[in-house]
Amino acid sequence: MTAAAIAIGLLQVLALVAIAPVVTGVMRTTRARLEGRFGPSPLQPWRDLRKLLRKERLITEQTSWIFGVAPLLLVASTLVVVAVIPSVATTTLLVDSVDLIGVIYLLLLGTVVLALAAIDTGTAFGGMGSSRGMTIAALAEPAALLAIFAVSLRAGSSSLSTIVEGALADPAGLASPETLLAFGAVAVVTLAEAGRLPVDNPSTHLELTMIHEAMVLEYAGPDLALVEFASSLRLTLFFGLIGTLFLPWGIATTDNIAAMAVGVVAWLVKVLALAVGVAAVEVGLAKLRLFRVPELLAAAFILSFLAVIVSFFLR
Amino acid sequence: MTDGALFRFLDFAVGLSLVCGYVALWRRGLVAIVKALAVQGASVAVVAMLMGIYEGHVQAVVAAGLVLVVKAIVIPRVLVGVIHRTLEYREVEPLVNIPTSLLAGALTTVIAFIAGRHLVALDASPATRGVPVGLAVMLLGFLLLVFRRKAVTQVVGFLMLENGVALVAFLTTAGLPLIVELGGALDLLMAVLVLQVLARRIVRQFGATDLNQLVNLRD
Repeated sequence: MTAAAIAIGLLQVLALVAIAPVVTGVMRTTRARLEGRFGPSPLQPWRDLRKLLRKERLITEQTSWIFGVAPLLLVASTLVVVAVIPSVATTTLLVDSVDLIGVIYLLLLGTVVLALAAIDTGTAFGGMGSSRGMTIAALAEPAALLAIFAVSLRAGSSSLSTIVEGALADPAGLASPETLLAFGAVAVVTLAEAGRLPVDNPSTHLELTMIHEAMVLEYAGPDLALVEFASSLRLTLFFGLIGTLFLPWGIATTDNIAAMAVGVVAWLVKVLALAVGVAAVEVGLAKLRLFRVPELLAAAFILSFLAVIVSFFLR
Repeated sequence: MTDGALFRFLDFAVGLSLVCGYVALWRRGLVAIVKALAVQGASVAVVAMLMGIYEGHVQAVVAAGLVLVVKAIVIPRVLVGVIHRTLEYREVEPLVNIPTSLLAGALTTVIAFIAGRHLVALDASPATRGVPVGLAVMLLGFLLLVFRRKAVTQVVGFLMLENGVALVAFLTTAGLPLIVELGGALDLLMAVLVLQVLARRIVRQFGATDLNQLVNLRD
């Protein structure tokens, strides 16, 4: 571990933190442009966060400590994952301290904490939102885990840096049937976990359809800022994870500064391209009926199941 | 084309036929299900063609072209015609809900792979590796026959069963003689055409092709 590795590790975390709200902003702008509106600047989410952070902290008297701690835990668990994933380079600060399975459960921790906080307020919408959120999380988790098994089988390890290095050494392996199937499954899981269409509509506050928004309804001021920031961060993280697992080109495998600069640029391009792509697809999608969401997630499960089957039996 | 690249394409075509089986089990729209069947037919034809190229049989390549025309173009068109004429566009109430039928599909695929292992062990090669997929496609066809009630999905299940059989045949024997292939394709076509007439009669008599209405005998 050199000084450069530590520096680039910190840089990676700071870059992700700085970019995450912009990614959300880019998605909103893309959507607005495709709908024929001008839309806000991509920097608008940062301005919203600044506004919220300056407000007074207001918490209902009826809540317990969980409600106050939840936003912090949500941001903290997400930040750990940010530091762990080799987005820019495989040699950074904390890479390999947690493997891919750990990453999935760290992200799930944030979902569970948020659901607990929503129940904590005792409002009808909070309970409804967390019950829906947990249903989706419980259905998405097996699909995500099986997809990860498929990817790990290819590399022979669930360590992220080994997976990336294996994929970089054998780019043809990325076009194999099992990788494509796993990619399809991870894409659906990403949409479900990040609360995007067609599972959840991030821009609506209609009582009967919202999932994520129903859970955070009771938050205000700096707490809301943390929750909003965490959801941007998670979205960016999921895009980054897809980029790392399925499009690993450009990720530095050495401590070379030039290679790492390439890594940063490649990461930015990948994340922004995915954000614009998802936003463009979302324009043409309607939200699925809640009772149809299990069908979509069952399909994701089948895709990752086939990926595992194929990598076991067709090798 | 080198053998390595050829087997790569073969893996993709075999995998695609399995995914199409699941798409047919997943979708509710009858047109989407027929489209999945068409893509599956095309991938079976591609498997036949690649095996023909690999073995160097011109006859097998011709047979593959025939399979492509019948399974990917003619039969799906006839089926879409049936859908438009009977005005039934959706599988409204499957006997078993979609997530459960997908999980049942996953179970049958595992069974197919466990059973197919012994077949592959007889003569392990990059081509015979795909034989369990053929078995899995057959079982998915069975599931469609069991779980769905509309006449069109029944036929799709039957044709998918046939696709699975064809897949196993192509992967193990590099294709049947052209005349057998021709006979099989014509049989299928006849079956589908007969169904087309039958479905129209059923609709005229009962107003829908829901098989639950056909359980009693009448004069």
